[in-house]
Amino acid sequence: MVAEAGLLALIIALCLSLLLSIFPLVGSYTGNIRLMNQARSLSWGLFAFVGFSFLCLVWAFITDDFSVDYVARHSNSLLPVQYKVSATWGGHEGSLLLWVLILVGWMAMVALKSYRLPPELSARVLSVMGMITVGFLLFTLLTSNPFNRILPFPPEDGADLNPLLQDFGLIVHPPMLYMGYVGFAVAFAFAIAALLGGQLDTAWARWARPWTTVAWVFLTLGISLGSWWAYYELGWGGWWFWDPVENASLMPWLVGTALIHSLAVTEKRGLFKSWTLLLAIFTFSLSLLGTFLVRSGVLTSVHAFANDPERGVFILFYLMIVVGASLTLFALRAPEVRSRISFSMASRETLLLVNNILLTASAATVLLGTLFPLLLESLDMGMISVGPPYFNFVFVPMAMLLAFALGFGVLLNWKNGSVKWLISQTRWIFLVSIIGGLGFSLFYGESFLISEVLAMALVLWIVLTMIRDILNKTQNIRAKNGLMEALTRLKPAYYGMHLAHLGLAVTIVGVAITSGYSSQRDLRMAPGDRVTLGEYQFRFDGVRLQPGPNYTSEYGSVTVYENGRQIAVLHPEKRVYTAQQMPMTEASIDPGLTRDIYVALGEPLGDDGSWALRLHIKPFVRWIWLGSIFMGLGGVVAISDRRYRMKVRQKVSALRPSGNEGVASA
Amino acid sequence: MKRRLQLFLPLAIFLGLCLMFYVALFRDNPGELPSALLDQPLPTFELATVKNPDRTVTRESLLGEVALINVWATWCPACRVEHPYLVDLANKGIPIYGVNYKDDQPEARKWLKTLHDPYRFSINDKSGSLGIDLGVYGAPETYLIDHQGVIRYKHVGIVDANVWKNDLEPRFRHLKEKALKATANNHEEEAI
Repeated sequence: MVAEAGLLALIIALCLSLLLSIFPLVGSYTGNIRLMNQARSLSWGLFAFVGFSFLCLVWAFITDDFSVDYVARHSNSLLPVQYKVSATWGGHEGSLLLWVLILVGWMAMVALKSYRLPPELSARVLSVMGMITVGFLLFTLLTSNPFNRILPFPPEDGADLNPLLQDFGLIVHPPMLYMGYVGFAVAFAFAIAALLGGQLDTAWARWARPWTTVAWVFLTLGISLGSWWAYYELGWGGWWFWDPVENASLMPWLVGTALIHSLAVTEKRGLFKSWTLLLAIFTFSLSLLGTFLVRSGVLTSVHAFANDPERGVFILFYLMIVVGASLTLFALRAPEVRSRISFSMASRETLLLVNNILLTASAATVLLGTLFPLLLESLDMGMISVGPPYFNFVFVPMAMLLAFALGFGVLLNWKNGSVKWLISQTRWIFLVSIIGGLGFSLFYGESFLISEVLAMALVLWIVLTMIRDILNKTQNIRAKNGLMEALTRLKPAYYGMHLAHLGLAVTIVGVAITSGYSSQRDLRMAPGDRVTLGEYQFRFDGVRLQPGPNYTSEYGSVTVYENGRQIAVLHPEKRVYTAQQMPMTEASIDPGLTRDIYVALGEPLGDDGSWALRLHIKPFVRWIWLGSIFMGLGGVVAISDRRYRMKVRQKVSALRPSGNEGVASA
Repeated sequence: MKRRLQLFLPLAIFLGLCLMFYVALFRDNPGELPSALLDQPLPTFELATVKNPDRTVTRESLLGEVALINVWATWCPACRVEHPYLVDLANKGIPIYGVNYKDDQPEARKWLKTLHDPYRFSINDKSGSLGIDLGVYGAPETYLIDHQGVIRYKHVGIVDANVWKNDLEPRFRHLKEKALKATANNHEEEAI
């Protein structure tokens, strides 16, 4: 019964979303305030019904209702309960429902905060989000209903969740990622509402900014969680594979990052208006494109969901309607006139323009690399695969240029600036960075690598220009009241910016050192064998059988010594999951800030208990993900800025007659 | 007016992309063998193996048993994922031949050494010519051939426990039985 209730709730939600996409919008054109205000209650209703439906599915999983086809395919009575819950989004249908839930969740939040917006705008924003929801609910109900029953003969037990997904990282990775993907729908809705209303002043940018930043924070953390998961779960120590689905999440991130920067320019200086609108449309379109690529089966990937051409056609048409209509609207309504506001060559505007060009260009190269095989194929020109060499070759230089431009960008002020001043500010920093990079690569690691010089120089460059900028910004107050006082007067948005940029520097450190100086050995070890790798000694203590809840494990033990002192006992495993008889490698990691020790079991060799072992030392690998935490924190700090809450206060003070005036008239 | 037309550019590019996706969706379903190749004998070839560049193998080297032909490459992350399962299948005694598709040879040899080699041998298809004859869409792909070297099935994407159990194993068993019957008949004929 629960499954039927879930389905019914989903159908009701579809009706509500249809109402939401029509009436408030009509109200916003006819000036009918009652119709406009419907938007809020409809949004909350949608959230309640989709939420209920989602809970029904979770319930079916927890209670092992294997008469529900989706549950039977993705769960098993032996599955630990936390994975039963996360199995809800372990397959296509359920993850789609999660996607819809998050979409309406964002919508409910927008509705909650919409009291400070002009009524027309909030009605239009919610209506646009309602239209997006209609599409996804139709998609769910028509092609991917998670509540389908297998009757009259339900299986006795389920086929079990894919063992790759039975892991903490995979419990949180999809929701985070979807929060990001779908969060960009808010910026998209604001942009479309602005285009619909023809009010293309900078107000929409100010409202859309905090939402975009929050979505970006989630996407950043979601991508980095995925990369961390691949690192420890797939068992070969890689952290990014340029897989089509990874690319599908990277593209909205790159364009979304560009959007955050260009929103700043639009809000503060009234520039790049059309461009920012276009970026808002692009960012969400790329999120949708990602969905299409993952779920239609047009690309082969590690992540591919069971593919079905019918679904592919549906999403493609959906994509065409949403993106096609928005781009048509953009072409008809975007401000045509070139902004009259001018800025000099050496100004923050110019550098942010450079930032936008580099970010969109890198997103375009990723898009090209991901779709090129498809393009050739559809032109019947044979099949090729584009691998990491292409991506590293085009992407890395652009990322480096971006980091270099960043240094100038943070130092420069809006509007005016002189090249001469910029040179005087940066020449020493430039020199110190180069020397620092050279020095690092000479003294660290065994070999001198030019890529390391560049990367470390850029890290120094980012950090030093940042310090320089903080010193510049605090100059006056510092002289009078001291550094601490000066620092507390800087705004959260300013700190957020630097924190996020620092995150980039931290990530570059991780990527550069891990790629340059990782060491790895694959060898045969018998129990009791010792081997030295770098400054660590490893002793293999054999493998024993150990049962798990829904798998049996060959449980290895490796003791790690540093200078004769024991520092860790690692337990790499090979598991065979009972239901699917699927083997899985579980690497064991001794994490550290400056290095990870990573041990994975290969295959058993011979009868003497020998195994193939893979030992890695990965210096600074954790910094890759640490950097993304900094970026996320930066975003959170930035939106805590009271600037975004001022609108309310202004309204309040406008209602209250000002005391000063009273005195003056008296 | 010219500026207004420029604003239509993103829309035009997007529609181009959609056209491409549409074609890609409605090409022969990549999960199934194009009918042109189904039940056709393997193409002829003469190529070196990955482990031993001096050893040349031909179509005839693959005959005699019902077997899998797995197209793989080191540049393909999905191949990494399916690799342990292939090792598992090989340990169970399923004959698997590899086609190392457009790959770097030292890298490929390193891969086989470190990740274990489930293949009887891997054919070095550096130029991709065998791949073209086979109708390879990308890596990984796995073909099922019978004892006479006739292609009976093709799977695009990762081979895991589910794919093996649902798609490959039933066909594999069926072909094996047929092969056994055929040889038995031959023996009878010889006896007569």
